[in-house]
Amino acid sequence: MSTTVAEKKEKVSVPFDYNKYLRPNKLPHIWCPGCGHGIVLKAMLRAIDKAGLDKNNIALVSGIGCSSRTPGYVDFNTLHTLHGRALPFATGIKLARPEMKVIVVTGDGDALAIGGNHFIHACRRNIDITVLVFTNATYGMTGGQYSPTTPLESIATTSRYGNIEPPFDTCEMAKASGATFVARGTAYHTLELEKTIHEAITHKGTSVVDIIDACPTYFGRANKFKSATHMMEEIEKDGTVNVKQAANLPPEKLAGKMLRGVLHKVEGPEYCEKYDILIKEKASAKK
Amino acid sequence: MTESAAKKLPRIAINERLCKGCSICVDFCPTDVLEMKGSCVAVKNLEACTRCQLCDLRCPDFAIQVFD
Repeated sequence: MSTTVAEKKEKVSVPFDYNKYLRPNKLPHIWCPGCGHGIVLKAMLRAIDKAGLDKNNIALVSGIGCSSRTPGYVDFNTLHTLHGRALPFATGIKLARPEMKVIVVTGDGDALAIGGNHFIHACRRNIDITVLVFTNATYGMTGGQYSPTTPLESIATTSRYGNIEPPFDTCEMAKASGATFVARGTAYHTLELEKTIHEAITHKGTSVVDIIDACPTYFGRANKFKSATHMMEEIEKDGTVNVKQAANLPPEKLAGKMLRGVLHKVEGPEYCEKYDILIKEKASAKK
Repeated sequence: MTESAAKKLPRIAINERLCKGCSICVDFCPTDVLEMKGSCVAVKNLEACTRCQLCDLRCPDFAIQVFD
């Protein structure tokens, strides 16, 4: 009898211990009630744990914005840099210390507007950096201006009568620029997001994950969403389809929906490796 | 003994210092275990908890965890 109980106890799942990766004295974080960034941060920590990475060997780099506050709360090597310039800093770290795992956390405005140029060139180089783009379709930190991913006709503080600019598709842009791993996840599908981030982290080359999460304070309030839950259900659950399910669905059911999951994965020559080969070749030629 | 082990209730740990009262855990709980008390979450019906961990997974504030 006692063995049965012991066996049962072994099967018990213990909740994930986030504290081993956090700086607990920095909590509570600054994000508003219901903000999806916290959910994404948790999924990222679980994915890092699953990949078995040493926290002293990870560099987490960010720019400016709500999402870019993430490095403040985690106990890795962290860098909080200039607006839009997280990727150049990350590229520098990767070139100086190629053995390090470099992860960039950035918002949609930070990555695609202010740092848009850096984003496409990091993808083009295929340098081994993981870019997590927290897409909340607004500039939360500065008061809810519309961003490059704000959907058409959405209300923002700078588009009071509806946004007339078509939004960027982050994944299509990353793929076209040359990233070798492109995926999309949402804060609602948190376990799927954990798997996607894990796959992105373990991929060799530039990996981009577009993560849809909610800004209830600005985007939600301006666009008549009742709560964070309402936003998560309407935008993240009903507004996306897994890429595997989408293969069996008729086109009319896919209209207006974003694809989730791994959208593009190829192998390609990595920048740091190519650089090493070049240096070795030239050094041996001189001798 | 096995029966008593099966009836054992989980422990839901809520960190009131970290909870911001967004009510995501309350809304997504499939068995309606949680409720809002002011601006903080509280346990309403612990017997119904199935240990699915959805509240922990979707809590943005590191405020709730389910221990067996």
